[in-house]
Amino acid sequence: MTAWEKVQIARDSERPKALDYIQSIFSDFIELHGDRNFGDDKAIIGGIASLGGISFTVIGEQKGKNVKENMERNFGMPNPEGYRKALRLMKQAEKFKRPIITFIDTPGAYPGMGAEERGQGEAIARNIMEMSALRVPVICVIIGEGSSGGALAIGVGDRVVMLENSVYSILSPEGFASILYKDSGKAKEAAENMKITAKELKKLGIVDEIIKEPKTGIHAEGEEWEILVKTLQDYFLKTVKELIHFDSEELVEKRYQKFRTMC
Amino acid sequence: MIIDKVRKLTNPEEVRTKNVSAADKMIGKWVKCDGCKEIIYKEELHQNDNVCPNCGKYFRLSSRRRIKQIADEGTFKEIGDTICTQDPLHFEGYLKKVESLKAKTKISEAVRCGTCEIEGQKAVLAIMDGNFLMGSMGSAVGERITLAIETAIDLRSPFVLFSVSGGARMQEGMVSLMQMAKTSAAVKKLEQAGLLYLSVLTDPTTGGVLASFASLGDIVLAEPKALIGFAGPRVIEQTIKQKLPDGFQRSEFLLEHGFIDKIVERKEMKHTIANLLRLH
Repeated sequence: MTAWEKVQIARDSERPKALDYIQSIFSDFIELHGDRNFGDDKAIIGGIASLGGISFTVIGEQKGKNVKENMERNFGMPNPEGYRKALRLMKQAEKFKRPIITFIDTPGAYPGMGAEERGQGEAIARNIMEMSALRVPVICVIIGEGSSGGALAIGVGDRVVMLENSVYSILSPEGFASILYKDSGKAKEAAENMKITAKELKKLGIVDEIIKEPKTGIHAEGEEWEILVKTLQDYFLKTVKELIHFDSEELVEKRYQKFRTMC
Repeated sequence: MIIDKVRKLTNPEEVRTKNVSAADKMIGKWVKCDGCKEIIYKEELHQNDNVCPNCGKYFRLSSRRRIKQIADEGTFKEIGDTICTQDPLHFEGYLKKVESLKAKTKISEAVRCGTCEIEGQKAVLAIMDGNFLMGSMGSAVGERITLAIETAIDLRSPFVLFSVSGGARMQEGMVSLMQMAKTSAAVKKLEQAGLLYLSVLTDPTTGGVLASFASLGDIVLAEPKALIGFAGPRVIEQTIKQKLPDGFQRSEFLLEHGFIDKIVERKEMKHTIANLLRLH
C-alpha cells in the first residue's frame, strides 16, 4: 500500500475516533472538562477510565464522523485551551499516580485568530516540555492522522506507537507539497517522500511499535474491531506493567534519553 | 549650489534618494530599506545596529553580527559547531542546497552556540540565523541547542537564546518535529536545575520553534514589531477567509496578550540582558 493510500485511510470519516477507542477499551470512562482558564475545547477529550483494575487518565484528539460532528469537534483541530485541558489532566494523573494514554488524531492545531491570541505556540510548547518530565507512565497511540506540533502536543511518551494504517507527519502532505514543491497538487508525491507511515517511522526510531490492524478499512464494530480492541488492551496492560517497574526518576530519565537520541 | 552638491555626495544622510527600482535593492555598498524604500549606506546601517537610520525598521541580523553585539569582545567560544546537517528523507537537492548556503553564509547551520560573557557575566548563548534556510530547525539545530542547554546545566550557567525561524525544517520531515520534543525536554532539565533561561524572540519566530523552546523562557523578550506566531499569517487568512488586522502576531500584540515580558530595542538589548543576569 502506498503512503498516500494510508493517508486516505487514516483520514476516512468512518475510521474509529478517539472516543470509540476509549469507550471500547476501558470501562467506567468519566469525561472531565475544561482548562480552568478559558473554556472547554471539544477537539480534545479527556477523563478517567479503568482497565484491568487500573485507573488510567485518557486523553484524545476527537474528530467527528460527519459534518455536524466535525463542526462541533472543529475537525479535530484543538485550540490552546484544548492543550491546556490535556495538560491539566496529565498533571492530575501525575498527582494520583495514574498512567496516561493519549490517542492522537488531528490534521493539526487550529490556525485561527483566537488560537493565536490565546497562545497556540506557548500551549503546545508547554505541553511538550511538561510531558517530558511526567512522573507516571505515558503511552501515546497514533490512531489516525497525526499532524505537526498539534499531534506532538499530546505525543511525548515512554512509548509512542502507531496503528498500522495511521500516519504521522511534520505537516500534511498537501502543506509539504505547497511549501517544498510550490504545488499542493503534488501531495501524493510528497506523501511518498515524507516518511510518514508506521513502518518508515519505526525504522527511523521515532515510533516504538506498530499495532496491527485486522483489516484495512476498520470500523468501530464487528469482530475485527473486537480484535483490535483486545490487542490494544493487552498492549496497554503489558506496557504499563513494564513501566511501573522503574521508579519515577528512572522513568523520566529514560523518556528524556529516548527523545534525546533521536538523530 | 555647487557646495550643496558636494555636501550631498559626501554626507550619506543627504545622499539617500527615493524611488529606486526594486532591482537596484543591492548595489554594493548600499541597501534599500523595505520599510521606507530609502537607499541607505550600508556602513551607516551597520553602525546603527542594523536598524534603518531613517524609519527605524529592524533589518535581520546575521548570527555573526548578533554575537558581536551581545557577547563581550573575544569571549564567545563556540560549541557544537561540528554537528552537521542530516538528510533522513534523502530529500532531493537538500544537502547540495546546504553546501551552497554554507559557502555563502560562512556558517555551518542555522544556529550558533557558545559560552561567552555579557558585560562580564558568564552565560551560554545560542543565536539562530535566518540566512540559513530561514532559521529552520532540523536535527543539527535541535542537537546544537540541546547540547548548549546541557552545557549550561553542567556549568551552572544561565542560558540566553535568540530565535529567528520559520519553524521546523520540512526537508527533514518527522526528525525535525522530534527536535521540538528534544529541545523542550532539555529546557525542563534546565528549569529543574534552577537555572535562568532568557529567550529573545526576533523577526520572525514561528511554527515549531515558537511551539517549543522559544516560548519556554523564564523571561521572554522580543525585538519591536517582530512577527511571532504559531501559524503563518497566510495560513490563518486562508482558514478564516479574511484579512488579518495590522499588527496581528507582532511583538506588541503578544505583549498585550500576555505572552512576552518585555519589548526591548536592539540598542538596549545587551544591557537589558546583562541587567537581568545580574539580578539572578
